Amino acid sequence: MTESAAHTKPVIEVTDLTTAFGTHVVHEHLNLNVMPQEILALVGGSGSGKTTLLNHILGLQQAKSGSIDVFGRPIESYQGRDRVALTRRWGMLFQSGALFSALPVFDNVALPLREARYLPEDLIREVVLMRLAWVGLSAQDALLMPSDLSGGMIKRVALARALSLDPELLFLDEPTAGLDPQRSDEFVALIKALHDQLGFTVVMVTHDLDTIRDLATRVAVLADKQVLVEGTITDVMQTKHPFIDAFFHGERGNRALGAATS
Amino acid sequence: MLEPDAELANLAPLTHEHGVWRVNGRWNVQALAAPGVVRQRRKALKSVPHDAAWALDDTLRLDSVGAQLLWDCWGSRLPANIVFSPAQQRLFDMLAQADTPDKLPAPKSDWLAWVRQIGDGLVLGAHHARLLLLLLGGLALDFMAMLADPRRAPFKEISAQIYRTGAQALGITALVGFLIGVVISYLSAQQLALFGAGQFIVKLLGVSIVRELGPVLAAILVAGRSGSAITAQIGVMRVTQELDAMQVMGISHGQRLILPRVIALAIVMPLLVLWTDVMALMGGMLAAHYELGLQMTWFVQQLPTAVGVTNYWIGLVKGVTFGAWIALAACHFGLKIEPNTESLGKGTTASVVTAITGVILIDAIYAVIFSEVGL
Repeated sequence: MTESAAHTKPVIEVTDLTTAFGTHVVHEHLNLNVMPQEILALVGGSGSGKTTLLNHILGLQQAKSGSIDVFGRPIESYQGRDRVALTRRWGMLFQSGALFSALPVFDNVALPLREARYLPEDLIREVVLMRLAWVGLSAQDALLMPSDLSGGMIKRVALARALSLDPELLFLDEPTAGLDPQRSDEFVALIKALHDQLGFTVVMVTHDLDTIRDLATRVAVLADKQVLVEGTITDVMQTKHPFIDAFFHGERGNRALGAATS
Repeated sequence: MLEPDAELANLAPLTHEHGVWRVNGRWNVQALAAPGVVRQRRKALKSVPHDAAWALDDTLRLDSVGAQLLWDCWGSRLPANIVFSPAQQRLFDMLAQADTPDKLPAPKSDWLAWVRQIGDGLVLGAHHARLLLLLLGGLALDFMAMLADPRRAPFKEISAQIYRTGAQALGITALVGFLIGVVISYLSAQQLALFGAGQFIVKLLGVSIVRELGPVLAAILVAGRSGSAITAQIGVMRVTQELDAMQVMGISHGQRLILPRVIALAIVMPLLVLWTDVMALMGGMLAAHYELGLQMTWFVQQLPTAVGVTNYWIGLVKGVTFGAWIALAACHFGLKIEPNTESLGKGTTASVVTAITGVILIDAIYAVIFSEVGL
């Protein structure tokens, strides 16, 4: 995966994207590239269309105009069997977990593996328990129902489920929202370790500066209906813009990012 | 990214040369999820001697599912003699560190589960009955409070519910009522014609529809239509924590959710019963006209004496009771729903089944009461 020409080609290529809900324009001529094996943080104020952009990339919503290529092909061209194959190459961690409330933790994580078919049940069991162990859950927890879990546990089960097929591309929507600082650090370290080992590409939406500092290899700032600036966190912080000033240079920003800039 | 995979797919996954076992090709979940692949590879791995030397190829596409497969066949430890890349080593390190608990706690098997289920069912039934009674008591208190201070009554909510459960149900109750009227009239007419007693069809249709069929038919339709909607609505409010929000704000569920629905259905049901009666009688009248040749004006003229005002009132009283019962059962099961999708489905089913069963039970009780007092 490291060699070959694929390395230089973006995993996701968003070109000239325009989205509008009625008269409310969310994106206008937006461009964004995601390169293999990077961890891209999408940053933006509330209502700047981060989640909408994610939904476009995932093919959950149709854009008004513009194109989105995933793994080198337009997202709309994945139909039928191709679409199924595509969904096995990515994983998504939803903000509120989106666990299937009727299934226990084990079956939630096992579901993508079972859907892949032909994997024997004993291997699935091993893999699921391994995934749960990665995210710090025990075999006892595997039998709990999602309604019995705390917010942090839901996140971890959701991550285990997103990782169950060893995806090449992982989407994280607010991965550390709702976790206490220690759990949040652990979660970030966990994703980082898994990323080092499994080498997947990450696109994450987050507001947490600690997460951005510790995890992101590149930051894309969404403001004024466009990607305002892309680059390392230092590049981004040198850009002059009211949103960047408020977000990265406020007191919070200095506290969290002081080490990164000095 | 698909092309290098395609090349790798042609490689033999496990080769043996110069005493070294070499792992090649694709050992990822995409490759392993093909029919029979896992079995083949396990078999191949089993045939390798214990103290063999291993080498993992650099181009190997290994993910944690593939690694798990190798790891299991190695007996959950790295072989003593192995050559692999740092990235691959990290993967196995993760498997080693995670020290998976090897067993899921086995679900206990229970021979007498069915006996227990019967008992559980009875206890659950009693539990629901008790809660329904409590709900009824609470409702009575809420109703009194409303009468004491009528300005605070939820009129808007009541009128919205009347529209939703009543006005919007006119179509379906009319259609079903009309068709049932036609069917009953048509079948009875054939029998009555045998005895030359065709004119008794007015009494037969009138009494059966006004006293029994109209109320029960309308109640079953409303239970399926509005009862399920009420349960689902309140259930989703539980899922989205709206019920908790109401409680925190000090808004009583009884006053804002249950009372308006019960009052609305208690008002709407007798009207729907009347409407269903009219439609069913019209259907019956038409069928009788074509089957027995009865004049429609004669049919209408005969109706008041044939049915009698008592049966008419009995039908309306039943309507009020059925309406209140359906709303009460629907609210009860709605409030019992837990925040998960399965509970929502179960609760809605239980609500409709209980409401319809209850309607028929109440109807039977009324039949006994009215025959005792000679109505």
